[in-house]
Amino acid sequence: MASADFTLRSRPLTLAYQIPAGRTRRFWEGLREGKVYATRCPKCRKTYFPPAADCPNCLTPEMDWIELSGEAEIEAFTRIETQPASFQEQKPYTVAIGRMKSGVKVLAWLVDAELKDIRVGMKARLTTRVMPDGEPTYVFVPAA
Amino acid sequence: MIGVGNSRFGTRQDVNVAELAFEAVKPALEDAGATAGDIEFMALGSAGAGQWYEELIPAAVVAEYCGLSGAGLTRCEAACSSGSAAFFTAYSVVAGGVADLALAVGLEKMWETDTPTTVEIIGRCGYYLWEFHKFGMTFPAYYAMHATAHMAKYGTTEEDLARVAVKNHKYGAMNPIAQFQKEITLEKALQSRVIAWPLKLYDCSPITDGSAAVVLASEEKAKELRADTPVWIGGIGYSSDTANLSRRQDYVGLRASAAASRRAYEAAGIGPGDVEVATVHDCFTIAEIMAYEDLGFCGKGEGAKLLREGETEVGGRIPVNVDGGLKAKGHPVGATGCSMIYELTRQLREEAVERSRQVPLKKYVALAHNVGGTGHYCYVTVLRR
Repeated sequence: MASADFTLRSRPLTLAYQIPAGRTRRFWEGLREGKVYATRCPKCRKTYFPPAADCPNCLTPEMDWIELSGEAEIEAFTRIETQPASFQEQKPYTVAIGRMKSGVKVLAWLVDAELKDIRVGMKARLTTRVMPDGEPTYVFVPAA
Repeated sequence: MIGVGNSRFGTRQDVNVAELAFEAVKPALEDAGATAGDIEFMALGSAGAGQWYEELIPAAVVAEYCGLSGAGLTRCEAACSSGSAAFFTAYSVVAGGVADLALAVGLEKMWETDTPTTVEIIGRCGYYLWEFHKFGMTFPAYYAMHATAHMAKYGTTEEDLARVAVKNHKYGAMNPIAQFQKEITLEKALQSRVIAWPLKLYDCSPITDGSAAVVLASEEKAKELRADTPVWIGGIGYSSDTANLSRRQDYVGLRASAAASRRAYEAAGIGPGDVEVATVHDCFTIAEIMAYEDLGFCGKGEGAKLLREGETEVGGRIPVNVDGGLKAKGHPVGATGCSMIYELTRQLREEAVERSRQVPLKKYVALAHNVGGTGHYCYVTVLRR
């Protein structure tokens, strides 16, 4: 067998994409105001989270913005101990999927909770936070 | 199928990506009694081209290296089911009468980048914008969420998950191409470090380099090449589900697996009870338990019981992943779909499989279940001899 330690280093390539967010601007600006927005189709009344700027159900390209609030029920969760490269500076974090009263589901970090206290079926509140890098985000916190 | 080949799986920094593909293409062509020049079309499955490894158009690179330039070429991407997407493409080309001889190649080279980068690239294989960008999801995490939901609803335990790893390592130890060729104990699996709770190191398939190749021929071409034991495609089923996990119905199974298997059973005119050997997509231990249920090998919520009763071992009702599965044989993402076909073809031929893990056959019906992403894509293929 050939030697496994004889390798060539490729030319490095660093990529960072400029992702257009103009059509979901209300959502990203809403986070800064402490609000989490979903979209609702004015024609077929379907609600979308993450917010969609177009309705895949009836193909309407203009959507209404509605605020998501209230309690969610946690349907699944995990705690990530082995982080990807761009999250290496983070302590282990908990991610959960919660179903809102309106029926839409949200995937977000679940904060202010110990792993041993988290259960499928527990109630949590959707709110906004500022990440350590200064970027706003949305999170679940255990319901009081 | 008239020819199959599979490279040794593992950390293969002794070969580059084209040389790795050659290790599967050469035995597949020799097995088929064909030459590279006979191949009219090649579909290559690879998920990480230009990310995990340096080549962005691997179909052209592999074709040149293996003497296939001039054939029709395409690369197929369906995340971890890219190999099955390539197989389906090559099958469609032959079944549609476009070509008489086609090649499907599955290929991945995952050890050229460091582990956090490899974890990052796989973690982005969901909906990057909504589930990775702010939340740093990883692949173990996506399946760990299914584990917490399945445990809560059906009482599946961490021991049940570990039993999948113990079983698949047992068969990996009998497979000379497997990345891990040693048995493990339940205790060792349970005591390994947590990756994404409740999944531990031994609940996760490894990072793997590998390739597999399959030569597909029309009935006339198979006769012309005097294929001695052709294996036939009984039917292929396919399906998909939402990119965002938050848009799924539930987290106790994969809807794409259930839908794809229904289509495959219908196309082949069989039911789950007719399957005598299967390879299922055990990228994580919970995935194998959900697969038993989604494919109809047992009722919903009864996957752990089927495993505990030994029904998925050689000698059981439906032996599953007796090549070691993704867990122990290894999971070179784009290669896995073709490697499943390689294993089942050898099982159906009863000619070369290591005797200790040959499944006894009466009907000669096998099934391959290959999931891309977290149920984002699914292909189910029924094979017959």
